[in-house]
Amino acid sequence: MLKDARARIIHKESWKHYHLLSIETSPIAREAQPGQFLMVRVDSLPYPLLRRPFSIHARDKDTVHIFFAEAGVGTAILAGKGAGDSLDILGPLGKGFAVEKSLKGKTVFLAGGGRGIAPLYFLAQELRNRDIQPKLFYGGRTASDLPLLPKFEAAGFSILASTDNGSLGFKGFVSSLLKEELERLQPAHIYACGPEPMMKTIAACADTRNIPAQFSLEAIMGCGIGACWGCVRRIKRGDKAEWVKTCEDGPVFRSSEIVWQGEDS
Amino acid sequence: MSGLNPDFSADLGFLKLRNPVLAASGTFGYGLEFASFVDLDKLGGIIVKGLYFYPRPGNPPPRLVESPSGLINSVGLQGIGVHAFCEKILPQLEKIRTPIIINVCGEEDEEYAAVIDFLNKEERIAAFELNISCPNVKQNGLCPGLSAEATFSLVRLAKRTSRRPLITKLSPNVTNIVEIAKAAEEAGSDAVSLVNTFLALAVDVETRRPRLTNIFGGLSGPAIKPLALRMVYQAAAAVQIPVIGIGGIMTGRDALEFLIVGARAVEVGTANLVDPEATIRIIKEIEDYCREKKIMKVEDIVGTLKID
Repeated sequence: MLKDARARIIHKESWKHYHLLSIETSPIAREAQPGQFLMVRVDSLPYPLLRRPFSIHARDKDTVHIFFAEAGVGTAILAGKGAGDSLDILGPLGKGFAVEKSLKGKTVFLAGGGRGIAPLYFLAQELRNRDIQPKLFYGGRTASDLPLLPKFEAAGFSILASTDNGSLGFKGFVSSLLKEELERLQPAHIYACGPEPMMKTIAACADTRNIPAQFSLEAIMGCGIGACWGCVRRIKRGDKAEWVKTCEDGPVFRSSEIVWQGEDS
Repeated sequence: MSGLNPDFSADLGFLKLRNPVLAASGTFGYGLEFASFVDLDKLGGIIVKGLYFYPRPGNPPPRLVESPSGLINSVGLQGIGVHAFCEKILPQLEKIRTPIIINVCGEEDEEYAAVIDFLNKEERIAAFELNISCPNVKQNGLCPGLSAEATFSLVRLAKRTSRRPLITKLSPNVTNIVEIAKAAEEAGSDAVSLVNTFLALAVDVETRRPRLTNIFGGLSGPAIKPLALRMVYQAAAAVQIPVIGIGGIMTGRDALEFLIVGARAVEVGTANLVDPEATIRIIKEIEDYCREKKIMKVEDIVGTLKID
């Protein structure tokens, strides 16, 4: 956990309301693990007051990348920043994706819905470095919600796309696309990030087939460092469920421990 | 300017702090969460997250919503209880030289007393801060801090139980803060700290639902600073015991405003969430102010508001 009050944006790419920022911050970049996140102060003004959490999309030697969609006041301000601007960031935070040694040589599925694709690029790279074959599934409402598709393809990853309206790839939810693929191929592990209903569906598919799965959960966060207890999720601990901090104990959890929204526990 | 080495300590009478800046309960975890960002030994004091006797589940999320220059929370005082605190947290705080103050909670007066009674044996604890803003199960969920009578009887019980100095943390959701501050003083409190959060509401106009699952939450942050400052000024003018100012302090100048109106020390809360280094920065900004103005003792600022 480090603070870099002067992390410089060195590159920005935008697609309508989606943005990708490359931020120079060598100490944070060095420590970053896939699935971890940053807390970014979008401005020094008192509104919005809190930092915003962003999962680490990619990491180079001295830079970290974040990919986000404009969804409110904070992300709209951040979208106005560009190369040369500096940001105050904390990171790397939280517990990221666990990659077990036993996955070596095997195929795993990675599913991203909308902006939930963000942490999966970093993870896919890490998996490939460890001789694990990631097969990616990337879903959005329309073709314009899949701006990172060319990036994954250019990097040589196997990736299938889905859109709700069929404007690109499979017509339907990414969870349905993944389900179809599960009929053909049993992966050794599933990693996913996206809207709650998508992750819940994928968790159910994984459980039915006894495939271990991990999910990166989203939460409104106060501090990002475990101090305020604002970002809790219902998580099974032993034989009971409790409110667990997403920022500190997550944001990645195993499907076996997550109580999905709408489920009793 | 060489040789100008002002005295930054803050004397609460029962406790001498190396500087007047404490970390406020509920915004600083158990202190340890901040160890990678600040040197905990440099703080005036650390008030750990509110402790009930038993573990508490807290409220369902969403627990946080922002408002202009503010934060509304309904965490619901989720906590680990006194047993786990003594087993798991206190040993880790042994190495820190800064006074550790326990924010004491209870669903009824007897629970507050049980927390204090249980923790009296722990020598690492410098003082108790009584959180009189906890919903009381015997008072239809109303907190003791809303009435002078309930405040008096709770503080008296706590004081009789405690073998440590007692600070009473006041709720601002009252008609007359002076009356409550005086009740705490008369019941034997060694100091008062104020203010806790303001009861607040935020609505999502799309769904027409409250933004917090708990409906109401407590507002903190810069938005409440002028309200808090007014209450601290009134309380400091009315009681003899030390007053600790709390409410939206983000900078050294904010802290100085509280000292000027009569606070002997301040607590920094929501700022910790925005900037984990806030306490250390605020201490430095107060020190810079003193050096710049050639003030030899930070205590000389306390209660110096000029009114013609």
